[in-house]
Amino acid sequence: MSEPTDTPIVELVGITKAFPGVLANDRIDLTLHRGEVHCLLGENGAGKSTLIGILSGLNRPDAGTIRVEGVETAISSPRTALELGIGTVPQHSALIPALTVLENLMLGDTRRLRLDEEGARKRLDELARLLGVQVDPDVRAVDLALGHQQQVEIIKALWRGSRVLILDEPTSMLTPQGVAELTKVLARLKEQGHAVIFITHKLHEALSLGDYISILRQGRLAGTIDGRALHEKDPDELRAEIVRIMFGDEARAVADVAELRDELSEAEATSQTAVRGEVVLELRNVSAPGEGAELGVEGVSLDLREGEILGVAGIDGNGQRPLAEVIAGQRGVSHGEVLLFGGPVTAMPVSARQKLGLRYVTDDRLGEGIVGSLPVGINLFLKRIGEQPFWRHGRIQRAAIDRRAVELVRDFDVRTPGVGTRAGTLSGGNVQKILLARELSFDPRVVVFSKPTYGLDVRTTATVRELIRRLAAGGGAALVISTDLDELLDIADRIAVLSRGRLVGVVPNGPGVTEEVGRLMVGSAGAEAA
Amino acid sequence: MSTETVSKDVPLAAQQRPSQRSRAADRALDIGVRSLFPVVLALGAGAVLLLALGRNPITFYGDVWQGGVSGGGWDAWQDSAIRMAPLLLIGAGLTVVFRANIWNLGYNGQFLLAAAVVTGYGPSLTNHLPLWFAMLLLFLMAGLTGAAWTIVPAVLKARYGTNEIITTLMMSFIGVDLASLLIKGPFQDPAVTIPQTRVLDFDKMLPPIPGTRIHIGLLVAFGAIFVVYFLLTRTAWGLRLQIMGANPRAAKHFGVNLPRLIVTSFLASGFLIGLAAAVDFLGLWGYIRSSQNPGYGDTVIPFIFLARLNPLAVVPFIAFFSVLSVGGDLAATNANLSTDFLLVLVGLILLFMTVIEYLGRRRDLGSSYLPPGLREALRAPLFRRWRT
Repeated sequence: MSEPTDTPIVELVGITKAFPGVLANDRIDLTLHRGEVHCLLGENGAGKSTLIGILSGLNRPDAGTIRVEGVETAISSPRTALELGIGTVPQHSALIPALTVLENLMLGDTRRLRLDEEGARKRLDELARLLGVQVDPDVRAVDLALGHQQQVEIIKALWRGSRVLILDEPTSMLTPQGVAELTKVLARLKEQGHAVIFITHKLHEALSLGDYISILRQGRLAGTIDGRALHEKDPDELRAEIVRIMFGDEARAVADVAELRDELSEAEATSQTAVRGEVVLELRNVSAPGEGAELGVEGVSLDLREGEILGVAGIDGNGQRPLAEVIAGQRGVSHGEVLLFGGPVTAMPVSARQKLGLRYVTDDRLGEGIVGSLPVGINLFLKRIGEQPFWRHGRIQRAAIDRRAVELVRDFDVRTPGVGTRAGTLSGGNVQKILLARELSFDPRVVVFSKPTYGLDVRTTATVRELIRRLAAGGGAALVISTDLDELLDIADRIAVLSRGRLVGVVPNGPGVTEEVGRLMVGSAGAEAA
Repeated sequence: MSTETVSKDVPLAAQQRPSQRSRAADRALDIGVRSLFPVVLALGAGAVLLLALGRNPITFYGDVWQGGVSGGGWDAWQDSAIRMAPLLLIGAGLTVVFRANIWNLGYNGQFLLAAAVVTGYGPSLTNHLPLWFAMLLLFLMAGLTGAAWTIVPAVLKARYGTNEIITTLMMSFIGVDLASLLIKGPFQDPAVTIPQTRVLDFDKMLPPIPGTRIHIGLLVAFGAIFVVYFLLTRTAWGLRLQIMGANPRAAKHFGVNLPRLIVTSFLASGFLIGLAAAVDFLGLWGYIRSSQNPGYGDTVIPFIFLARLNPLAVVPFIAFFSVLSVGGDLAATNANLSTDFLLVLVGLILLFMTVIEYLGRRRDLGSSYLPPGLREALRAPLFRRWRT
């Protein structure tokens, strides 16, 4: 701390890392100062994760120099990274589900033989106060909502006194309030001279939170925007500049996508007329228990019409997953009725509902959406096992599957070396495309989307929203559960608000709806705090 | 010597995973190394042990080779082949459930109950019915007995999620003792005083494959191996099983009927283990004593993992073990050692498997021997100890 503050806390020079067939990082330079939030922007597959992996000791660079506080260092393992004061908050929680928050935090503490539970509680208190969050030390990690898991991950990264914090898409699963909280947390970290590397797909976040922006494209550092530019230039101008850097020649296509928002007003006008269709999905006073400490749903009634996109807003962990699973048939109801096309399906198993045209795009993409050890081609057909023409008399028809899989991969633009590649090796955006290809082909009629664009880059997000719109325009119906209110404002016809497992209101999308939804959400958030 | 054996295994390993042709050579080499190294190291360590005991390892392994393969003017291999039959069937039966991440550890009870049933009813059935029909009936009875003994653990797991490791083990103890009771009671041969069943007439046993001494049970076993391979790799059932094993939550999401799958895979496993008893006792023994418990399953399990739950790859490992156990009897007698020395070798294989698994995980050498579920099951007790 006695060193002059202009010595960079971390400096990467000419970092290069190749994986078989991909040059993931190509001579990347990056400088990180104290009290600075350094945003890292880039598409899926631009090389952000690899670079972060190198900083956190998971990957070792093929070439290049890393300096920490001006001293050349090799970060050979995650432990070394921690010892150097570099803590990472992964995008997907790495907490051990069966252990409590406190136990998860103590796992990293190998300094002493005996576990110091008393000390750990104190440290947790201290860090929670520092971050301005409330964390129950004795809840099992599996029972935490995604947002809370992230807070624990941040605390874990700071546990050993890290001065550099790497946040990998931290806002992708947070509510507006959560993002506001995180912003405060970042401000406090900056005050205390921490440096933060902040990875995001959202341009407005980079612009509002970052002190410095580095943009990666195809493994190279495509451009940077320094603090002065961030303060002085017009946000729209900056945004255009970033899009140009991020996508290069393809910027035009993306610019079109960015303009979708404008076209949306038209789209909205058309969808509003389409909403007169018949009710295809109806929930009557449905209650279902949560698993463990997870909140269930209670007395939820809603209807979804043909051609409609119904958004479900709410803070994460307020019954979103139980709601989706009750509709999909993965979870039994304790009370109430689920009707599909007017007929009761409450007792129907998952597969029978699928046959009626119900689809569920899960938000737990890696946990239940794919089987990572199986090839992409098979993953596209995991909801049609045993069905003609891909299975005949119980025998798999590999040729038929591969042929159709190649088509789907092309149609949905899944970036994979081939249909035989193991699905678990693909990036998050491409895994989501696999799920969409699987759910949206074969005549879907009612589709439940759970956080459909969480963690996706700008372009994939636009594609996904377009797919949802097209589904509704084609006479399908979509229930979009999302913690991203902007997203729902973007695509939904009506927005229902889920709070503490209850539907506290449904409002038609239109002018002034943000305040209305916000009031419903906050009204219940107040109750939660009490 | 080791590199030679490794390269020999490459085509086999490559053929195990036809779906991943990319980097197939690397993976094949990796799998070959990881599968054969434990065996080679165990034989090496066994040699050191033999030296320490004052025996000549070259003589010992030479005797194993002679007793299991080349002895009696190239006739001994037929004994090893006969030994393979029940082992292959148990291997097939355990592979089915292990693939699904279900741990049927009740093989001894299933095996012995089925053995008691075939030896108990064998003499009367073969005397009163045409031989082929009696055999068919006995095989069916054995299979059904083995399957029936899995019903309780299967239903408990399917309905209540009860841990099958415990229930199958408990059922196994009951099964072993019940088999012993049956042999001492209703199936007891009244002509002798020792507790054993009536001995099947020599001409009423499973006929040999023409031109050999090997009973046709070996063909049944190979048939079962191929059927299981086909089921696991080519059918909808096999894919569902694989998904359940890899990720049960995903299986639920995909609409797989998990309870039904749990029960059917358990029944298939028990059926195959029951068949193992039928081929062994109708083809080789002809009777059973109340104290008899060959414990085949226990020795087969390491080889199932070495074969990475691939039913075809199990075959060479079981062939190896059969030679070792048949030839080892002779070698141990010649070296004036207990035949338990062979179990030491099996134990060493397990030990080196674990070591290489550990090193492999640390160096990220590729796929693990153990399916994720078992890895968790093995780790959980460790964590519990750390926590208290």
